[in-house]
Amino acid sequence: MGPYLLRRLVQSALILLGVSFITFVLLYVLPADPVRQIAGRSATAATVESIRRQLGLDQPFLVQYGRYLFGLIQGDLGRSYLQKTEVAALIASRLPATLLLMAGAIVCELVLGLAMGIAAALWRGRAADQVLMTTSFVTVSAPQFVVGLLLLYVFAVWLRWFPIGGYGTFAHLVLPALTLGILGSGWYARMMRSSMIDVLRADFIRTARAKGLGRGRVVLRHALPNAILPVIAMIGIDIGIFMGGIVVVESVFGWPGIGQLAWQAIQRVDIPIIMGVTLVSACAIVIGNLLADLIAPMIDPRIRLR
Amino acid sequence: MASAVAADPVRPKGALARLLQRKLALFGLVLIVAVVAGAVFAPLIAPYDPNAQHFDGLTLEGAPMPPGGAYPLGTDLLGRDLLSRILYGAQTSLIIGVVANGMALLIGTLVGITAGYFRGIVGAVLMRFTDLMMAFPALLLAICLAAIFTPSLWIVALVIALVNWVQTARVIYTETTSLAERDFIAAEKTLGAGHGRILFRHILPHLVPTIIVWGTLGISTTVLLEATLSYLGVGVQPPTPSWGNIIFENQTYFQAAPWLVFIPGACIVLLALAFNLVGDALRDVLDPTQRGRD
Repeated sequence: MGPYLLRRLVQSALILLGVSFITFVLLYVLPADPVRQIAGRSATAATVESIRRQLGLDQPFLVQYGRYLFGLIQGDLGRSYLQKTEVAALIASRLPATLLLMAGAIVCELVLGLAMGIAAALWRGRAADQVLMTTSFVTVSAPQFVVGLLLLYVFAVWLRWFPIGGYGTFAHLVLPALTLGILGSGWYARMMRSSMIDVLRADFIRTARAKGLGRGRVVLRHALPNAILPVIAMIGIDIGIFMGGIVVVESVFGWPGIGQLAWQAIQRVDIPIIMGVTLVSACAIVIGNLLADLIAPMIDPRIRLR
Repeated sequence: MASAVAADPVRPKGALARLLQRKLALFGLVLIVAVVAGAVFAPLIAPYDPNAQHFDGLTLEGAPMPPGGAYPLGTDLLGRDLLSRILYGAQTSLIIGVVANGMALLIGTLVGITAGYFRGIVGAVLMRFTDLMMAFPALLLAICLAAIFTPSLWIVALVIALVNWVQTARVIYTETTSLAERDFIAAEKTLGAGHGRILFRHILPHLVPTIIVWGTLGISTTVLLEATLSYLGVGVQPPTPSWGNIIFENQTYFQAAPWLVFIPGACIVLLALAFNLVGDALRDVLDPTQRGRD
């Protein structure tokens, strides 16, 4: 466990280093000039040059990247070009909203997905199973903004149960969390169904039935706990999928998280923010995958860490 | 159905026949054929020019017309016929779906097969790079790239290909490594076959079913990604219609004119669903180890 963890941590750090390098290269070669954005259209060539020098953007690429890395090691993500604030502070102020949304979404998708998967496994081969599995296909085939706008239209515009957008109360959280939850649920439903079917076939289930336990008790007390754990262990991997979807859902619902921050920064070519959010997202993905790999052998001792 | 199987027990059914037996896959195929037909024959069947702004296309208050009447699916904010835009938008979706996914498939297969066959330093470098790409928030990267380059249809396709090849590379890599260790490849080597011959004559044909399955499922991902980019305004640019940018353009009015959002939205979902259904059925049909399982 110790050496494995150490190796994985080093690997993760290298991956993050690679992500930072590639993002930096992409943003360095991009045709849009951030200095022009800051200086405005009417700025003279001299002003543009002085801003460029101030930001260190006149330096060679490797010097710029070296400086960035040096700051990064000290936890300094640089300063936003346009907002004149520390990027780390900006991200820290937006992160709680995103984490809240993510937590809500995970609850939604687990409840929906696991329920669908269990029901489909129990009614395996019947019409209900087919309907549920087709539904799970629809949820993985729908883009976030379509589901978001649909929920918005039905529950906010039409029924007026929830606010149209914004942030602050529990009611604000429901629709965006449900959007992400519905989209993720199909994936869980499929995994839960096959996991449940595998467990229901196992010998110990037959033994439990043979010794006279009722079907309900066998399913709830014997099959479910065994079937559910490997599925729940996948939450880590799910985090990566969330980090992608967050930009869209936050923009549909006006949710003030890091997705919105990134989206605004992209439109204004505010490179330090784009870098920062990309790195934070990559961090979340790497940590999520690491957690998934670490949890798996705890649940199933047959899986060995190598 | 059972009697048909019993009547002809010797000859196994072809992949296509087995595919067509599945109702959901058939449904998916019909949808795909319908969309392709709509896109190809758009100039013939579209009632209007997709970019024509009609004088009578807006109500007296300047609002878009609801579905029905002269405009079967209504009009958009600029008084353009929605049905015509949807039909031409299908062209955009399919072109991006095929081109972007084709590129992604090509990159993914090349990376996967090279890394899986040669292993060593080349393989390690390629797979570490693939791992690295897996850690990238793909959508964020795509949005970033698309926003930075002025997006044309081809740039959007390229961006999507650049973020979408990773999955294919991983799958092809895994399959190639196990194929490369099989006896028939060792036999080929002893017979003196070169790397090129082994790769293209012996390994690649075994990967064809996987490539077909991932190619089909990938089109669905691509269609969704294009729609999302266009919805954010960094994908295919108006006036070229795309299902995503129709929603982008009309979103502000969506409370009063929901059909402008939900008709193209339904098109996106149905097309992505169709490719997912067919891809999933193909996986079952083409993979002999999956046969007989549910």
